[in-house]
Amino acid sequence: MNLPSHQEIIEDIEFFDDWEQRYQYIIDLGKSIPKLEPQQKNDELLVPGCQSKVWLLSHVEDGVLKFQADSDAVIVNGLLAIVLAAYHNQTAAQILAFDIDGYFKALDLERHISPTRGNGLRAIVGKIQALAKQQQA
Amino acid sequence: MTAHTSHIDMTTIGAEFPILQQKIEGNPLVYLDNAATTQKPLAVIQAMTDYYMQCNSNVHRGAHHLADEATRRYEQARDTVAAFIHAADRSEVIWTSGTTEAINIVANGIAQRLKSGDEVLVTEMEHHANLVTWQQACLRSGATLKVAPIHDNGALDTEAFSALLSEKTKLVALPHVSNALGTVNPIHSLTQQAKAYGALVLIDGAQGIAHGGVDVQDIGCDFYAFSGHKLFGPTGVGVLWGKADVLQDWPVWQTGGEMIARVTYQESTWGELPNRLEAGTPNIAGVIGLAAAIDWFNRLDLAAVQSHERALLAYATEQAHSIDGLRIVGTAPDKIGVFSFIMQDSHPADIGFLLDKQGVAIRTGSHCAQPLMQRLGLPGTARASFSVYNTLEEVDVLFVALKKAQQMLA
Repeated sequence: MNLPSHQEIIEDIEFFDDWEQRYQYIIDLGKSIPKLEPQQKNDELLVPGCQSKVWLLSHVEDGVLKFQADSDAVIVNGLLAIVLAAYHNQTAAQILAFDIDGYFKALDLERHISPTRGNGLRAIVGKIQALAKQQQA
Repeated sequence: MTAHTSHIDMTTIGAEFPILQQKIEGNPLVYLDNAATTQKPLAVIQAMTDYYMQCNSNVHRGAHHLADEATRRYEQARDTVAAFIHAADRSEVIWTSGTTEAINIVANGIAQRLKSGDEVLVTEMEHHANLVTWQQACLRSGATLKVAPIHDNGALDTEAFSALLSEKTKLVALPHVSNALGTVNPIHSLTQQAKAYGALVLIDGAQGIAHGGVDVQDIGCDFYAFSGHKLFGPTGVGVLWGKADVLQDWPVWQTGGEMIARVTYQESTWGELPNRLEAGTPNIAGVIGLAAAIDWFNRLDLAAVQSHERALLAYATEQAHSIDGLRIVGTAPDKIGVFSFIMQDSHPADIGFLLDKQGVAIRTGSHCAQPLMQRLGLPGTARASFSVYNTLEEVDVLFVALKKAQQMLA
């Protein structure tokens, strides 16, 4: 999966001066991430979210964690791309050390990661961190 | 209370709602999530503040001035509700925490009386509060839950409803107005049909009450349940209205203080209506706030309210045709307050999100009606729901925002 790095995303988003451009970028990012195959979208991979469905697929390869995620809502897909830009192809230690709240704050998207926002992003991050912990143990 | 000298002017009504004066993300707030909860006029906020500032006290048992005043306002609120829904007697008005608790009181009671072979009838358009409650009552008692189908336009299939009624039907529960689709059910005739078989009838009035004109005696039902917060009042307070002869020996709900007559260490006897179904210290400020909301609503011209609400929905429906790929979900001939829709190739959550960025508050999702969404073959809808303070200009803002969202998602 070819994702921009999280530094690139921060630089891109900082460049925009209104919400429309920022969210257009997130929407386009959401459309660009590879979709899961229909048969991969099973209940086992479903991360409980409130409004849109989110599936997360992971495996370990050469000491790093690899992720694929998909949602039926495009903005959530864009936010997933932003999350995975930080976590995909990283070691468990790197994942656990990453300041995800700071990252979303830098993007001015912290509302999306707050525990009260029912779009499942917080649950995705929790699941990724749990997988990393499991890998470390 | 209901006597009023002058009506509130419909064009300036929004000014009475402090919360509506704010901006969201730099845009004036356009609040179109009224089916979830309505906003509160200053009169309600003031009545609740006055209660805490002037006479906060426990009701019914104090031997002092504050308790007398709190009890007076609290019991006067019961009169206000009784008059508002045309109850035959004030003791038929039971305070609850909301519609959900009101339905639970009835479901819990009927579960103790149902047996195998008995049936409870609901409709396909139920909110979970008027479905899970009966489903669980049936599971506990061995009774069978029957579900009357709807047509694809969201109207109840009244022929199928009639065909499902029989001597086995012990209770019929149906919504006055569907929260997800806005369908107005013909509750008078449906109630009459159910009563002909001797069934008890409960109307879930959560979405019906704020449109005014509810007359429980005229409907002929046994129970009518509603929440204060969907009627311009506070959250955490609602009403179970029931016919006195049905409620007087209804199985008690919660036990404890206030609801008893005599208590020994070994046994207790229950008090009279309404107290026997109201255990513990009630939500006194909430009750007083709800009465203030009804007093406020009574100052509106009901005919003007209803024609304004019809105009908002008609205007939204007309505007919807200007958007390619927009499909209205719920097109029953009799419909009020709710404009539920989907947009081709767009998830409702994306629509809701992009509207929020433009200051327009709607709800997206299954609207606490998952089986209904499955019946309609939809993951959910976007729902704009209107109230008396909304304007035609706000409908315009909704559609400008929708067009922008559609353009961004394309």
